[in-house]
Amino acid sequence: MTAPVLEVKDLRVHFFLDEGVVRAVDGVSFDVGPGQVVGIVGESGCGKSVTVRAILQIVEPPGRIVGGRILFTKDGAAAADLTALDAKGPVMRAIRGAEIALIPQEPMAAFSPVHTVGAQVIEALRLHQRQWRPEGAPLSRREARALTIELFRSVGISMPAERIDAYSWQLSGGLRQRAMIAMALSCKPRLLIADEPTTAIDVTTQAQVLNLLRDLQRRDGTAIVFITHDLGVIAQMAHHVVVMYLGRVMEQGAVADIFDAPKHPYTRALLKSIPSVRAAPRTLLPTIAGSIPHPLGRPRGCPFHPRCPDAIPGICANRVPALRPVGPGQHASCFLYHRDEADEP
Amino acid sequence: MTRYVLKRLLLLPVLLFLFSVTVFAIVQAPPGDFLTTYVATLASSGSSISAEQVEALRREYGLDQPVWIQYVRWMENLAKGNLGLSLEYQRPNAELIGERLVLTVVLALFSFVFTWIVAVPAGIYSAMHPRSALDYALTVLNYVGVATPNFMLALVLMWSAFAYFGVSVTGLFSPDFVEAPWNLARVVDLLKHLWLPAVVLGVAGTARLTRVMRANLLDELHKPYVTTARAKGLPEWRLVLRYPARLALNPLVSTIGWYLPALFSGSLIVATVMNLPNIGPLLLRALVNQDMYLAGSILLIYCFLTIVGTLISDILLAWLDPRIRLEEG
Repeated sequence: MTAPVLEVKDLRVHFFLDEGVVRAVDGVSFDVGPGQVVGIVGESGCGKSVTVRAILQIVEPPGRIVGGRILFTKDGAAAADLTALDAKGPVMRAIRGAEIALIPQEPMAAFSPVHTVGAQVIEALRLHQRQWRPEGAPLSRREARALTIELFRSVGISMPAERIDAYSWQLSGGLRQRAMIAMALSCKPRLLIADEPTTAIDVTTQAQVLNLLRDLQRRDGTAIVFITHDLGVIAQMAHHVVVMYLGRVMEQGAVADIFDAPKHPYTRALLKSIPSVRAAPRTLLPTIAGSIPHPLGRPRGCPFHPRCPDAIPGICANRVPALRPVGPGQHASCFLYHRDEADEP
Repeated sequence: MTRYVLKRLLLLPVLLFLFSVTVFAIVQAPPGDFLTTYVATLASSGSSISAEQVEALRREYGLDQPVWIQYVRWMENLAKGNLGLSLEYQRPNAELIGERLVLTVVLALFSFVFTWIVAVPAGIYSAMHPRSALDYALTVLNYVGVATPNFMLALVLMWSAFAYFGVSVTGLFSPDFVEAPWNLARVVDLLKHLWLPAVVLGVAGTARLTRVMRANLLDELHKPYVTTARAKGLPEWRLVLRYPARLALNPLVSTIGWYLPALFSGSLIVATVMNLPNIGPLLLRALVNQDMYLAGSILLIYCFLTIVGTLISDILLAWLDPRIRLEEG
C-alpha cells in the first residue's frame, strides 16, 4: 500500500471559553490515501468542521490544537507534521491553498461580495504560482486570467469569460459553488477538503456539484476529505467513512462495510434514521433517543453512552473506549467489542 | 453609476431652494430685527439713536418690507452671486466669509485626515488583537478621548506649550502673517499652526472612529469569506486589509459627508478658545446680532457643503461597494 497523503493521529482541538473548555475534537485519528475520498459524517457539533480546520491550521481563537499530529506527505517527500508548523508562517501558507485546498460550506458567504469571483481565483493562482510555474517567469495577471477562464470552463461554468468578472451575488448557487471548486482546484492540490459543499444549495444542483466533484477527483486523482451530515452523499462519494460523535471517532471503515455491517451502536442508529422509500407509509421515522449534550456538559466515559441502547452498565459510563479493529479495515470504539481497551479519559 | 450621479446633481438646486427657505425662516424667527438689537446694544453702552434715524435705516435696509419680499431680494442677489451686505460690519458678506470659509474647510480637511490616519489603523489593530495589552490601552485612550471636551484639551495644550516651551499656539497665523496677502510663506506659516487645532478638533472623532472600526472589523473577521481567504494561504495582514477591512470601512465612508457640518458647529468653542479665524465665531455673532443676510449666507453655504459632502460620500461608497453601484444602475 502506498503511503497515505494525510495521517491524523490523536488530534485534539480545545476551545478555551470563559465558561470552560470545550473539547471540540478529542482524540481523532484517520488516514487519507492518495486519490481516496474519505467522508467524515456526524451531527452538527461533532467536531467534523473543526477537524478539517485543524488540518488547514486555521482554527480560530479561542480554539487551539492541544495534542496530536497531522502528517502530510508531499510527492516524494517525507511526511511533515503540520501541527509543528507556525500556522501563520510561510511554510504552512505555502501548503494551505496550494497543497491542501478548502471548498467551504456556503458559497454565497464564502466569496467576498465586493471583489469579483475571478479576482479571488486569480489571487489564489498568483499566490501559489509555483504550482504552475516551478521554474521561470512569474505568472502574469493576463496568464492568470486566461488560466482562470480555463478553470471555470473545466468546472462547467458556461460563458466563463463573462462570469469571471461577476460578483458572487450575481451568480446562482450552483455557479457560485462551481466557482469555489475552481478556486480550490486552481493550484492543483494533493488534498481537497470539502466542508459540506452541497448543504447550502438545492437538491438538483447538489447532484450536479457532487457529480462534478467525483469526475474531477477521478480525472486528477486528488484525495478528498468530504464532510457532511448526509449519509446519502457519503454513500455516493466516499471510499472510506469516519463517523464522529462529540469530537471522537465512533467507527471507521470502507463505505460498504459501514453501510452493510455497522458495528457501533451510534452508526447503526444513524443509518436507521435515514428515511427509506421502502418503509411502510405513515410510520414514524426512527430517531436517536435523547439529544446531543451541551458542549460543556460532556458525559463521562463513552460520549455516546447516555443515548446508547446497548450501553453496558458500570463500564461505558466510566471509561472511554479506544478505537480498535472490528473487522478487516474496520474500526470501532465500543466496549461491546473490546471490553478492556480503554483510552486515557 | 453616471445616471445615479446625474440624478443627484439635478436634485441639488431643488434641495438648495428648500434649504434657502428654511434658512431664511430660521434667521427671521427671533422677534425683532437687526435694528432692535442695534438699538438695544447702543442703549446698553449709553448712547442712543433717534426713532426717525431707526426708521430711515429700516427703510434703507429693506427691513420694513414683508418677509417674502426680503426673501426674494436675497435670492435675486444670490442668483447674481452677490451674498449681500453685512448689516453689522457694513462690508460685503462674501469678503467676510471668504477667507474664514477657506480656513474652516482646510482645518476640517486636516482634522479629517488626522482622524482617519490614526483611527483606521488603530481600529484594525485592536480588532486583530482583541484583549491584547495594546487593545486595552487603546480602549482606555478612546474613552478619555471621547470624554474630554475638546476646548479643555485645547486649553491644556495651549498652557503646556506656553509653560514648557514658551510658545503661543493660538490662532492660525503668526502675527506677521495675519493680514498678509496669500503667498508661499503664509501657507507655510498656516501649516505650522494648523496641526494643533486639527488634532484638538480630531481627537474625539478619532476615538469614536477607532471604536466603530474595531467593532465593524470584529464582525467581519468571522465571516466565511475570511476563512476562504485564509484557506488560500494569504498572509494574515494582507488578507485582513484586502477583505474584511475593506468591508468594515464601507459604513464609515457613508459618514464622511457629515464631517464638515459637524466641524462647522462643533469647533465654535475651540475656535473661541484658540482664537481661530474660522467661520464658527462669525456665524454665532451674526445670529446673536440678527445680522440676517450674513447668517443666512453662512447657513446656506453650510447646507450646500453638507449636500456636496453627502454626495461625495455616496459616490465613494458606490465606488467601493459594487452591491450599491450595480443595483442603482
